[in-house]
Formats: sequence, C-alpha cells, structure tokens
Amino acid sequence: MPWQLITRSLRRYPTRPPDSGIARRKSVWERIHLDPWLLGMLLVLMSAGLLVLYSASGQRLDTVIAQAIRFGVALAGMVIIAQFSPSTFLRWAPLAYGVGLAMLIAVEIAGDIGMGAKRWLEIPGVIRFQPSEMMKLAVPLMVAAYLNRCQLPPRLRDIVVCAVIIGVPVVLTAIQPDLGTSLLVASAAVIVVLLAGLSWKLIGLVAALGAAGLPVLWMNMHNYQRQRVLTFLDPDSDPLGSGWNIIQSTTAIGSGGLWGKGWLEGTQSQLEFLPERHTDFIIAVLGEEFGLVGMMVLLTLYVMIVGRGLWLAASSQDTFGRLFAGSIILTFFIYVFVNVGMVSGILPVVGVPLPLVSYGGTSSVTLLAGFGILMSIHAHRRLLPR
Amino acid sequence: MPQRRDTLKIPEQELRIFRVRALLAVLVVVVLTSLLVSRLGYLQIVQHDLYSTRSEKNRVRVEPLPPNRGLIYDRNGVLLAENRPTYNLTLVRERVDDLDETLSLLVDLLELPEEEIEAFQVRSRQRQRPFQPALLMSDLSEEQIARLAVNRHRLPGVEVEAQLLRYYPDADVMAHALGYVGRINAEELQELDPGRYAGTHFIGKTGVERFYETELHGEAGLRKVEANARGRVLRELGRTDPVPGANLTLTLDRSLQMLAYELLDGRRGSIVAIVPSTGEILAMVSTPGFDSNQFVTGIDVASYRALQEDIDLPLFNRAIRGHYPPGSTIKPFLALAGLVEGVITPDSTINDPGFYQLPNDSRRYRNWLRWGHGRVDMERSIAVSNNTYYYSLAHDLGIDKLHEQMTNFGFGQRVAHDVQGESTGLMPSRDWKRARFNQPWYPGETLSVGIGQGYWQVTPLQLASATAALANRGHWVKPRLALRIGEQPVPEELPDTLPDIELANDNWWDRVYSGMEKVLSGSEGTARRTGVGLEYRMGGKSGTAQVFSLGQDQRYNAEELEERLRDHALFMAFAPIDDPQIAVSVIVENAGGGSTHAAHLARAMTDAWLLEDDAPEVEEVKEVLEEDTANVEGN
Repeated sequence: MPWQLITRSLRRYPTRPPDSGIARRKSVWERIHLDPWLLGMLLVLMSAGLLVLYSASGQRLDTVIAQAIRFGVALAGMVIIAQFSPSTFLRWAPLAYGVGLAMLIAVEIAGDIGMGAKRWLEIPGVIRFQPSEMMKLAVPLMVAAYLNRCQLPPRLRDIVVCAVIIGVPVVLTAIQPDLGTSLLVASAAVIVVLLAGLSWKLIGLVAALGAAGLPVLWMNMHNYQRQRVLTFLDPDSDPLGSGWNIIQSTTAIGSGGLWGKGWLEGTQSQLEFLPERHTDFIIAVLGEEFGLVGMMVLLTLYVMIVGRGLWLAASSQDTFGRLFAGSIILTFFIYVFVNVGMVSGILPVVGVPLPLVSYGGTSSVTLLAGFGILMSIHAHRRLLPR
Repeated sequence: MPQRRDTLKIPEQELRIFRVRALLAVLVVVVLTSLLVSRLGYLQIVQHDLYSTRSEKNRVRVEPLPPNRGLIYDRNGVLLAENRPTYNLTLVRERVDDLDETLSLLVDLLELPEEEIEAFQVRSRQRQRPFQPALLMSDLSEEQIARLAVNRHRLPGVEVEAQLLRYYPDADVMAHALGYVGRINAEELQELDPGRYAGTHFIGKTGVERFYETELHGEAGLRKVEANARGRVLRELGRTDPVPGANLTLTLDRSLQMLAYELLDGRRGSIVAIVPSTGEILAMVSTPGFDSNQFVTGIDVASYRALQEDIDLPLFNRAIRGHYPPGSTIKPFLALAGLVEGVITPDSTINDPGFYQLPNDSRRYRNWLRWGHGRVDMERSIAVSNNTYYYSLAHDLGIDKLHEQMTNFGFGQRVAHDVQGESTGLMPSRDWKRARFNQPWYPGETLSVGIGQGYWQVTPLQLASATAALANRGHWVKPRLALRIGEQPVPEELPDTLPDIELANDNWWDRVYSGMEKVLSGSEGTARRTGVGLEYRMGGKSGTAQVFSLGQDQRYNAEELEERLRDHALFMAFAPIDDPQIAVSVIVENAGGGSTHAAHLARAMTDAWLLEDDAPEVEEVKEVLEEDTANVEGN
C-alpha cells in the first residue's frame, strides 16, 4: 500500500521539533504567541486585498479605509485570541457551541430579515451580527473537543454523536435559509472528523448517501436557490436576470487575458457591469485588471498560507490542536476555492466572500479569529509531551 | 473536557493518522487549485478573444449623431424655416424607482391635466433598448424647466434634454407652401434608411419640407462612446461628424406672400404668382392657413379635429389641390388655340345676337349680356368676355383639338417642378368621358368647355403657370419653388418641360395681350374699375365659376348656405405687357358674381411687385374693394 509507505516515511520524523528543549530560549514571536510567517503572508494578502478593493469600490478611498479599520480590529482580535492557550478553547467549546446554538434558535424566532432570509440577530444600538458566522468556528471547535476525548480513529458511536453536533446547527442555518453558510459550517466540522481518521468505508458510504440525497435536497430548496443552480448549469438561459452575474464575471476574467488591463483600467469593473464587484465577485476585478498572472500570484499566496497553516497544525502537540487547527486552515482554503470557483463559473453562485479580500467585516473577524486560534495552538507549547 | 475513562488514547497513532490525512488534504488542495488555475487559464488565455469582444460590446456604444436640418430662406434671404433649441422631457425607466409616482409628480409639477398621466404612461413604455430615454413631452416652457430643476432630486431618471426643433416664423402664411416636418411615424420608419435616420426624429411631411427631404436632412454621423452598465456615457472614443442638410433658398418672396395672405383676408381662396421668364413661384398662398408649428411637436387631438372639421378646410391646399372651373379666365388661351389651329384670325369676327345655337339644335347657349355684343373680334371678345365668340370658337375647334391645345398650356396635368402633392386638375376629353362615364362626348359639352365650365377644372397653380407661359410668348419654363439648393442653383431648363406654343405670326401674341389689356384699361373692359390709375401696361382676364352643388356631407346653416352658393371669383393677369415680370392667378371662393373681387387682388399683387414701395397699402386695396363690391351689389 502506498499509504503505508508515506506513513512509514513520516514516522521517521520526530513528533515534535528537535529544538524544543528546556534549554532553548523562546524567541520574541514565541513569547507573543504569533507565527511571523503566517502573519507576514496574511498582511501581504490583506494589503493586496485593499489595493484591489480600491479599484473594485469604484476608487472610493472611504471604502478602503473602512475595510482597513476592520482589518485592524480583526488583527487585534487575532493577537488577543492568540494569547489564550488552546486548553482555554477546549474548555469553552461546549459553552461557545451552546450559546451559538441558542442564538441560532433566537434568530429563527426573532431574527431580522435581510435579503429574504433571517440571518441577523440584533440588539438594537449595540450590535448586529450573524450567529451562523460564529458557528463557523464554534461547531468545528465542539467536534474537535469531543473527538479529543475519544480514541482515534473514531468509532461509530462517536461519529453519530459528531453527526448530531454538526447536524443541528447546520440544519438551523440552512432553514434561515443560508445554504452557503450551512455548507461551510458543515464542511468545517466534517473536516475535523476526516482529519480524526474517519474510515474510508464510511467516507464512501456517506458520499454515496449524499449523492442519493441530492434529489431530496433539490426538492427542499427555495426557488432562488434552484435558480442559482440552474443558472450555473446554463448562464445564458437568463442573460439579463440570474445569469447576468456569472456572464459578467467570466467576461471580466476572460477579457483580462494574461497580463490584465491594468489597475483601475478594467472596464467591466469600473463601468459597473460586474455586479457585487467589491464583495463576493472581487476576484473578477483582480482577474480583469491583473490578468492570469495576478490570479496566479494571489492563488499562490493563498496556497502558501494554507501550506503554512497545515504545517502549524501538523506540528501541534495534541489531537485537539491538530484537528481544530487543520479544520480552520482547510476551511479557509474551501472559502478560496468556492469563491474563485463560483466567480469563474465552475461552481454555482453561493454567497461566499473571498477571504480577506472581499469587502466585509464579519468574515474578516471570523477568519482572523481562526488564525488567532491557529497561532495560539502553534505557539503555546508544553515543554514536554504529555 | 476530561478524558473519557473507557478510551485509550494512543498519541502516536493519532498523530500518524493526522499526518496521513493532512498529506491527503495537501493533495486535495493542490488538485483543486490546479482545477482553478486551469479554469482561469481557459478563460484568460484560450477564450480571451471571445471575452475581450464581449467586454468591448458591453463598454462601447455607437450613438447616432443626427444632422441639423437645412434652413429654408425666401429669395431675399429671409428665414422661413429655422431650427430652434427646445427642451424635452425624457425618462429612463430603468432609473426610475416608482414609475406611477414619478409620472403623477411630473403632472403636478408641470401643471398638466390629469389625463396626461395616461399619455405619459404610453410614451414611457415606448423604447428601443434598456436605458434608452423615452420622450414624454416636447417644448417645455422656461417655467416648467425651472420647476423640474428645483425638484430634480425627487425625479431620478427624468432628464430635460435640449433638442433643435423646426420652427416656422410665418407659420400660417407659409404653411401650405413650405409644408411642415413631423415625427417619423411607423409607416415612414419602414421605408427609411435606418442608418441615415438613426438619430433623426423628424421628417418632412408635406410641401417643400417633404419634396426636398433628402437635401434638407443631410448625412447622419456617429460617435463611439464608453458607457457604464447604467447607460451613462462616460467619454467619447471616436466620432464621425454629421453633414448638415443643405440650406434651401426658395423663389418665394416673403413680403409678396404675406401680401397675398392679407389680401385674401381669411376668405377661402388662393393666390399664385410666378415670374414668367424663369418660372420662379413668388407667392403661393392658400387660405385659410393654419399654424404648422403645431404639427412639429405633435398636434393634440382636439386641435387637430378642430382643423379637420373646420368648414373652411384650412388644411386643404387650394393653390395646388383646389379644383375650380376656370370660367372666362381661359378665354385668352382658347383664342390662342384658335389662332394656332387656324380656326380664327385676330381680325375675324362673329355677330353676337346674345346667344349661340348649334346647327340643327334649337337650344340657345346664352351670352352673359342678354342682348349680345353685336360684332365681336378676338380682342373685343376677351375685353368684354363675350361667350358667343367662344361657343363658336370651341365648336369650330372641336373637343379633340381643344383638349390638345389646352394640354399644351398645362391644363389637366402637373406642371411644376418641385411642388409636393400637386393635383392634375381635369381637362376633359372624349377618352376621359368614355372612361369616366362610359358615354360619348356631346357637342353641347364642347360649348360649355369653351367658356371654362362643364367638366373642366383647374388649380390656381395651373392657371398661374398657363398665364406665365402666355406672357412668355408661349415659351414654357417649369414653375419651381427652389432657387438654390445649398449653393447649387436650380437650372432654368428642367426635364419634362412642356413644348413651346408657336403662332404662325408672332404679332398675334400682341393682339391677344391687347385684348387682355382692354379688360383692365378698355372702356368696355370687364375689370375696368380695377384698371383705374395703372402705372404700367397690365393684361388680365376675369372669370366667374358657378358653384353647381354642394357635397352631400356638408351641413350648413341657411346663411352660410347662401354664402357658399355664390360664384367663385377668378382673375388671371400679368404685367407689364412689354416685359412681363409677374403672372398671377387669383381665386376667391364664393366672392360673388363678376370679376371685381379677384381683379383687385391681382392688381394689388402686380402693383406690389412692380412698384414696390409705391404700391398701395393693403388697407387701401381693401377700401377700394369694399366700395366696388357695394357698387356691384347695388347694380
């Protein structure tokens, strides 16, 4: 089996870095519990994002400044979160999960309706946010915490428990209806289970069941959701209606060519043919103005961040850290893939922003909070393995 | 969370599982990223051209640039048709949040009647493509523009656009001669070259505006603009300027035209004046006129109905479409026909007992003077307008030759070069009667035609044209309205001009002229009162056309009926006889018997043209006219 070869080769590496010893002095970065590489790449990504946002917002400096302020707040949040030790997250997991669940139910009962869906919870004058956004972290946290107690690979009973932990918030989010977020929450949590060693047989079974369940899903979808899928399959069927977005975004990307039309020179973006150009479809602005080269640079940056994140996860000392960190970073990649995939027309349109580039506060805060946890897991090392 | 007791954690194994799964995750990441890269490569490299084209199509819009319509001047350079900037109200539906609310707000602001909302709704739905503005209203007043400007913020999608609109300074006087432009209708749209008329909203509907549509319109230009998704034009990428239409200089003389209009004084009638040697139409008036400017912006239904149902038919161009029995005005032409055919000589005479009888027919065809004029030669026959002479002449000619000769004078056909909508009139013949009534021609009908009655019908333009040819010693020059198109003069010789009329003896022209001069200046002349104080030699001929019957669909009250049963007064004239400068035809409907009315108007026209500043004022002419009319009625 090739897998065994890989496993065996991995075994040769020590379970923790050889330099982790009592004698070694902690570096500055370790003392403030941050990973300089990851932080550096995130800063580069955010800077590039602001550059694109300036163009995508129709050259509005106030939009860029607002986004920069959000980034600042989110970065501060990341640094603060990084100071907590992973055991704190482990302890708080049930609480965070429980509160999140309660808020989801509250939304269902008394939520604000925006864009035809109940997504927002508002304490007037204080705060207004989407509980489902919080569940993107809370659910995988809970699953990781649960699996941390179990013997791995997980047994069937544990898997059933995980399924319940995942299923309840996902269903609650889906009926808001917010299919995109519920799928993202689900995938973040499922990744934890996969990383924990879900058996291949079970993966195959679930995949088969999932395929069989597609028609049922279709039957239960809202009209606008079905429309999105149909539009994805054939955007030209309704070029001025629901197909407009995808036609305009592929046109923007395609017309960019290899080198792009130049910053602020993209006609699709600047002349407002591209819808949602500074939020979900911002990657099309990059594609139009910086071409394939710009896209490759951005994707490379994302892949490097994911690579670094996975490395940090793999070098974590305990199972909870590894599972949660792995889920955070892979979910991050899923965002990138789904967003770029939908804008370039290989995935149906779901409301997934491009991480740290699309305009918007909530997603940046959640994402950077995730990175904060990731850095915390990496940087809070026990001197001796348990 | 505390460790569960029943589980046995094996950190080494858990780490191993994670590493395998993480490695798999890396693989998945790589595969999915490659998928994205290949998709992007497909879009940006393979399909780049396709999407570039699409993007350009989005961005670049070609807009037509309509040419400015050529202006129209009279022969002295006085502006007759100009383009005035006006302001239109337009609406882009895509930018309007609540259409009904916006429309009712507009109606409030512009102080329009409530019914306009519906018209607005209809107009707001007419559009070619998204973001194309629909025209709601033309010709806004300054106050309306100000109100709209103040309320601009409440009216997104509503714009006030400047546009050049045709304007006729002397609309009522010129309406029939110039014609007017109006909005291109669906029917015309089908016929038009869409490229040339892409940005043009107006087209010549009648008159000169229609006849010279091609020249006046010019060539459309276009400009390529960059527009955003909302249709707003951001910048110009390139342009081909339009070529403005040619300015048209007409042969009309504005002051003479005005005079003719004032002379007719709102009565139903027509005056046409032509320069005999050049065919230039100096005046062509049909009254009552109408305000042609109303038709430019689109006349409202009530006003249009009022014009259409007006008993005086103001929309009817009498000068070129009015059919009148010419009456005695054609006697000089018949005399000429007799000379050409050798039926008479200037000196041959008849004896008039007061009537004429066909051989073997007891019916008497009467002269207007019951006891007859006695011995009558050609000149006297014209001067006194003797009927018997022409009964005899017509009988001797026969209908066939009569028809042929009168055709040479332009009767029964379109005579002018560039007069839109000209009618042929009617010159009866044997063939015509056969075709029309399936009946043979009777000799008695020839006699009726001989005094300009019967089936014969002429238009005022035909009568003036024939008079011009007569004054020109038989040389035909096609009557025309255009003097110059742009800088290009209209040539004197035009195709399809009628052949010249030739007499065996050239002096005979002078004998006919002499007869016509006696009409005004002779002691027996029918229009001798008009000829009083003539400062130049003038020839003319009076005519009275009987009104036979009224149309069945015409409803009049008793007083009007009486008025409308009175005869039409006609006069044709030219002057000076030695060197003709002007030929005129005058028709005044139901002006009553005799030649008085029309003759005075003809004299006023020739006076004005020949004496210029010394000519009597319109008021003086009217006074004389009233006096004379009273005398005639007193007789």
